[in-house]
Amino acid sequence: MTTTTAPDDARPGARVASRGALVFGAALLVLAVSALVGARYGLLLLIGLGFGIVLEGFRFGFAGPWRRTIRERDPAGTVAQLLSIGLVALAAFPLLATHGQELIGAHAPIGFAMIGGAFVFGACMQIVMGCGSGTLVNAGSGNAVSLLALPFFAIGSFFGADHLLWWTGLGTAPTVALSGTTGLLVTLAALAAVSAFLWLRAPADKRVMPRRFWIAAICLAGLAIANLVVAGQPWGVVYGLGLWAAKGATALGADLSGSAFWGTPGNVERLAQPLLTDVTSLTNLGIVGGASLVAAWRAGLGGGLPDLPARAWIATVIAGFLLGYSSRLAFGCNVGAFFSGISTGSLHGWAWFAAAFGGAFYGIKLRPILGLEARS
Amino acid sequence: MTTRALIAGLALAGLATMTLADLAATGGPDIYRQPPLIALGSGAAAGGAHCAALPQ
Repeated sequence: MTTTTAPDDARPGARVASRGALVFGAALLVLAVSALVGARYGLLLLIGLGFGIVLEGFRFGFAGPWRRTIRERDPAGTVAQLLSIGLVALAAFPLLATHGQELIGAHAPIGFAMIGGAFVFGACMQIVMGCGSGTLVNAGSGNAVSLLALPFFAIGSFFGADHLLWWTGLGTAPTVALSGTTGLLVTLAALAAVSAFLWLRAPADKRVMPRRFWIAAICLAGLAIANLVVAGQPWGVVYGLGLWAAKGATALGADLSGSAFWGTPGNVERLAQPLLTDVTSLTNLGIVGGASLVAAWRAGLGGGLPDLPARAWIATVIAGFLLGYSSRLAFGCNVGAFFSGISTGSLHGWAWFAAAFGGAFYGIKLRPILGLEARS
Repeated sequence: MTTRALIAGLALAGLATMTLADLAATGGPDIYRQPPLIALGSGAAAGGAHCAALPQ
């Protein structure tokens, strides 16, 4: 996330004009996609822009709050995430119950690879300080580490999807999804219990929820519900990234027809269709664009390249790849599994949360060793 | 231009290039075969792909 560094000498008139140009450009882009690709796709791009604007605008994310919860026992950001998930659940459970033909939840099975994948993802998202959505937001707001991690995230997602069935074959339980009023109440009670636990173990001076977190949690929930209503599926990130790499591989002459994942009819069709018709690709593009818009709006694109040793950049490449690969085995990242899984009743979302939080402990320890921050 | 602005510009330019190259390669969408604006209430089954789903 960027910091606010608006120059004092910027003329107000010029600033208004540049901000107007930013909004006009974004609106034009949405209208162009609506007219040339389809109205639903334009709307999904707009929702993606909203995600990027909220995440960057309120400096709200997933990796940073987890780090503060673990290192400082500061629960605010993590509790805000759980609040947002609960708000989505309030709408998603009834919608899925009454419109099960049109809407699907982020339901996936728990398994050995799923838990291991979430653990690795949790560690790697602390190493690069960026999760699924965070890597997109940070790349859009000018973070060099995230921009380097992003293509390897996509490549990892491509290979993770390609190997997914082998990994699930190691041992996977049936999919369990909570539903109906009972499922909603159980989900809300569990979210409240985790929030209360984090809150009560925090030092007294940390038991404060900043106003921006309240607003961000509510806005994020609204956008996630809009995503579900418009797309028919919950907010996700990593499928789109893998699709980008798969399209790249195909363009370079790779034959994916033998792939257990990319060779299936649904994926063959998506590879043949423009990525502007893929739900998660559209919201991913919007997240990057929205974050860039906010960073430019704030004049927050000052600053140079971080002074990191070579091993930090190498670690970024490896962690980026592992973020993509592990999130496919885990049936999603912090967005697809944790946020959308729990909010639509999938038990794998809770398993993902526990495993990734465990991995985050190790990621935080690895970060200074890998040269991504000064040793304390 | 600061490095941070350059990085953000590279991210946007890279994604724009990828999108345009993809449109050229796929021949663009068929605008006469669009899904309804909103899935809810459309009567159509969700057709998108999600990271939580097994391959179909």
